[in-house]
Amino acid sequence: MPNQVDSRPHDAASAAPAALPRGKGLTVTLGHDVPLRLDCGVDLGPFTLAYTTYGRLNADKSNAILVCHALTGDHYVADPHPVTGKPGWWHEVVGPGRIIDTDRYFVVCSNVIGSCMGSTGPKEIDPATGEPWGLRFPVITIGDMVQAQARLLDHLGIDTLFAVIGGSMGGMQVLEWVHAFPNRVFAAVPIATSYRHSAQNIAFNEVGRQAITADPDWCGGDYLKHDRRPERGLAVARMAAHITYLSEQALHRKFGRKLQNRAAITYGFEADFQVESYLRYQGSSFVDRFDANSYLYITRAMDYFDLAEEHGGRLADAFTDVKTRICLISFSSDWLFPTSESRAIVHALNAVAANVSFVEVQSDKGHDAFLLDEPEFHETLAGFLDGAAEHRGLPRRVEG
Amino acid sequence: MTHQAPPPAAAATVGSSTAASSIRVDLQIIADLVEPGARVLDVGCGDGTLLSYLWHFKRVDGRGIELSMDGVQAAVAQGLSVIQGDADTDLKDFPAHAFDYAILSQTLQATREPRGVLTELLRIGRRAIVSFPNFGFWRSRLHLVVKGRMPVTPCLPAQWWDTPNIHLCTIRDFEMLCREMGVTVETSFALDSAGRRSRLTATHRLANLFAEQAVFVLRRG
Repeated sequence: MPNQVDSRPHDAASAAPAALPRGKGLTVTLGHDVPLRLDCGVDLGPFTLAYTTYGRLNADKSNAILVCHALTGDHYVADPHPVTGKPGWWHEVVGPGRIIDTDRYFVVCSNVIGSCMGSTGPKEIDPATGEPWGLRFPVITIGDMVQAQARLLDHLGIDTLFAVIGGSMGGMQVLEWVHAFPNRVFAAVPIATSYRHSAQNIAFNEVGRQAITADPDWCGGDYLKHDRRPERGLAVARMAAHITYLSEQALHRKFGRKLQNRAAITYGFEADFQVESYLRYQGSSFVDRFDANSYLYITRAMDYFDLAEEHGGRLADAFTDVKTRICLISFSSDWLFPTSESRAIVHALNAVAANVSFVEVQSDKGHDAFLLDEPEFHETLAGFLDGAAEHRGLPRRVEG
Repeated sequence: MTHQAPPPAAAATVGSSTAASSIRVDLQIIADLVEPGARVLDVGCGDGTLLSYLWHFKRVDGRGIELSMDGVQAAVAQGLSVIQGDADTDLKDFPAHAFDYAILSQTLQATREPRGVLTELLRIGRRAIVSFPNFGFWRSRLHLVVKGRMPVTPCLPAQWWDTPNIHLCTIRDFEMLCREMGVTVETSFALDSAGRRSRLTATHRLANLFAEQAVFVLRRG
């Protein structure tokens, strides 16, 4: 859990790479002097970011990689999660000798603003009232998340990132990074993502939010004050969302119509089918680690994301100054962020003659494939990163 | 921050990947035509053989488009900038004059609209380099005349029912199309069946009979 609270003096102590904070569960409070101007118009500051770093920043600070997490992810990218004890959400990709090699790169992953794993969000205390923010927390956007991350990098003394990498909502942040800070990103990998949330995606998010707010224990968002938690609503939200992360084939392969610990259907509403039992487990385990209001805020941030809209509907105009090497990766069975979304981004990047690669990985594992062991995906990611490292003048990978 | 590549390396092996020092003969001719550091779009780049060569030996700023996902995946896994796309439909996205060279090697005959593709190549690139198998090659002619069947040659190895080549042409045909389009042929090469650059240029009268394949360098007007 967070074990260090940096304050103002640290903002200035960014010069020496050797003095950089390293490790898991770090926190830093920023924006004392200049608050974060959110897209909704509210000034937020000071604000706290929880983050983790791995590896060492090299002398010319050219080997930093920012990993952006998805909706319910956090900064425990390679370390066991402090609540669940499960391995980090991308431990197969990030680590010594792994694709995002912490022996070669300085890897930073921060919990997004609005989340509930240590960064400023609705469950933290509003200094103005001394009570949890609840729904008084300002609505945040993907742009706000990225602006907050940029402040963290300023604090760490990193001007230019070698790469920004992320899947799903993490991929939205990657695209926002390329758009907002084209000169601070050498290479970018948006995975299983889109430049805007589709009507279908907004619809699924709305189902989740309605489930939460319909739970009497939600208490108008003030459940923490009343010592209650809208666990049933949040669990249903997770169950609905979880279906969208899987493909029909993956669900069928895993469960089919198999019955759960019984020989025959019961003519009742118990979890007769394994798939029901599985979803109930996914829902109930989720509420142990996630905050319902954070779920509202972060799904809203995804809904509001639309890079084309900011440019009069012309996505290419979002990327006019882009010199970043970009590699888009989609998965053939992902129906939440289908390949057509990535292809639209590729078309826009071609229109500005950007340096872009694009691979659709054949997989039947649905949207979640980016978190799973998919050799073809890993080969693509590794090849792109090695190629980008060569162009950046970073030392080549030592073959194991 | 700089986006410049490190200076050209003397050896074929630099960085994370290695390039084959010998490549298909038409690719070698194309590679020889491209100046170091040029901006290159390779349309139908396959697994990225030419782009890899051009990066390692000429430090070009190279991009590729390839229809087959296997090709794209192999190219990107080598660190090359390649997208999955279709020459017939996806070239229109690119802005005019974005590249010094738009390259189409052994792909023209597999496109649905060769003329449209050529127009796009010449819009995107200052120059287009096109290589294709010559259907006027004497062995093809002989095959058709003597056996009365569609030619199957080392350059065109597939049977008629299995070939991706739907718009085959002779060198003469190609020249006439260029003339009709008002396209200037800057240079041309004829390759014989041994893969040697023949003494003839592809625009020579006899090349249409003796060249198995041809490479053309084109520009607008």
